[in-house]
Amino acid sequence: MLKSRIIPCLDVNEGRVVKGVKFQNLRDAGDPVELSFHYQDQGADELVLLDVTATRQERIAMLETIEKVRQKLSIPLTVGGGIGSIEDAGRLLNAGADKVSINSAAVRNPDLIEAMSTRYGAQCTVVAIDAKKNGDIFQVLTRSGTTAEAIDAVAWAVRAEALGAGEILLTSFDRDGTRSGYDLPMLSAVTSACALPVIASGGADSVAHMVEAFQHGAHAVLAASIFHDAKMTVGEVKRKLTAAGIQVRNG
Amino acid sequence: MIQIINTGVANIRSLQAAFDRLGCAWNLTVSAEEIESASHVVLPGVGAFAAATQSIDQLGLRNAIIDRINRLESPTLCICLGMQLLCESSEESKLAKGLGIIPHATTRFGDKVKIPQLGWNEVRPLNNGPFTTGEAYFANSYRLKTAPDGWGAAETNYGGKFISSIWRGRTLACQFHPELSGIWGESVLTQWIEGITC
Repeated sequence: MLKSRIIPCLDVNEGRVVKGVKFQNLRDAGDPVELSFHYQDQGADELVLLDVTATRQERIAMLETIEKVRQKLSIPLTVGGGIGSIEDAGRLLNAGADKVSINSAAVRNPDLIEAMSTRYGAQCTVVAIDAKKNGDIFQVLTRSGTTAEAIDAVAWAVRAEALGAGEILLTSFDRDGTRSGYDLPMLSAVTSACALPVIASGGADSVAHMVEAFQHGAHAVLAASIFHDAKMTVGEVKRKLTAAGIQVRNG
Repeated sequence: MIQIINTGVANIRSLQAAFDRLGCAWNLTVSAEEIESASHVVLPGVGAFAAATQSIDQLGLRNAIIDRINRLESPTLCICLGMQLLCESSEESKLAKGLGIIPHATTRFGDKVKIPQLGWNEVRPLNNGPFTTGEAYFANSYRLKTAPDGWGAAETNYGGKFISSIWRGRTLACQFHPELSGIWGESVLTQWIEGITC
C-alpha cells in the first residue's frame, strides 16, 4: 500500500528560506541547502523548493541551490516558482529537480502542461493550484496570489489531469501561514473530482490537521512553519500519524 | 566505471548524484562498444516507452543491450522505464517494440488507484535477492503483473500485487527509483555495484 507522504516546503528568496502569511510579510527561516539535508535526515518523504524571487539573476542563483541540494539528497525534489516555458522546466530538471511544478504559466498557457508531460513524463509534471473561497467556488489565484482568475479550482484540476499532469499541489490562500488547518472542503472537492494524487498545502499547525487532510483524500501533506519553527520534527509527526492509523514511510 | 545509457529522454541527475555519493565514477554513453565492454551499465528511464525504444534504435544500441543482459555475468541495472523496456511491449504504446528479453507486456494500473503511482511503497522480495524488504519511491503508471520464468522477483501492492523488481545473473531491474529511495535505495545500488571496482 502506498504510504501517505510528508513534504516539508522551502520557499526560497534571494538564496534564503523564507516564510510568509498569505504569501506576504516574508521572514528568514534558514539556508535552503542545510535545511534540505536536515529534513531528509528527519525522514521527509520528499522536498518542495519554491522559488519566490522576482529577478532573473536570482533565478540563475536558484539553479546553483538546486544543484547543491541534489548532490546530497536521496529523496525526490520538486521545484516550482516562476516557470514560464518548457525550457525553464528543462533547466530545473537538468539542475537536479525530479519534478517541476507550474502555476501561473499553466493558467496562461494550458498547453504547457501537455508539452511538459509529453517531453518529460506525467510523473514530473506537477500543477500547482493556489485558490481561495469565493461564494460557491474555489477561485484560482495566480502571480503569488495577487491575481484572481475567472477559473474554478476543481474544474482546473480536472482539466490539468486531462492535459497530462501527474500530480496537483493544492494551496489554500485563505489558510496559508494561518495555522488554522488545511482547507478541507476545497481538498475534498478537488480529490473527489480529479483522479490525480493531490498534495494538500496551506495552514498546517498540528498532526491533527494532517490526519484530517489524509481523511479528506490528500495523498501527501505539505508543511513549512511547523517544521521551520522546530515545533515538531518530521520524525515526531510520523510517529503521531502512525499512532493515528495513517500509514507512513518509516525511513 | 559505470556507463549510464543516455537515451536523452530520461532525467538522470539524481542517479548521477547517487553514484557520486557512493564514490563511483560514471559516464554517459551512447556507444554500443562501451555498453558491450563496461564493467557496469545502467539503463535509466522516465518518460514514454515509445520515445525510449525509438531512441535506443536510432542510436543503434538495441543488440548491445540485449547481448549484455543475456550474457548474465555483466552487471546491468535497469530503472523504472528501463525495467519495462526489457518486455516485448507496453500497453502505453502498443506499436513500439521493447527489447523482448522477457516475453511479457506491461499494463496500466487499474481504475481503483490514483495514476500515476507517486510515492513510497513496500518492496518485498519473493526469493533470495540482492536486497531485503524496504520502502522505495515509485513514479509509474504501467507495471509488470507477473514475474518472468528464470528471474527472481519482488512484489509490491498497489490496487493489487505487481512485480516491482526482477533479477537474473548480474542484471537487476527495478520499477522503483533506488536513487530516490533514501538509505535503503542506496543499499540497493551498493549491492548491485559490490564486488567490482568502479
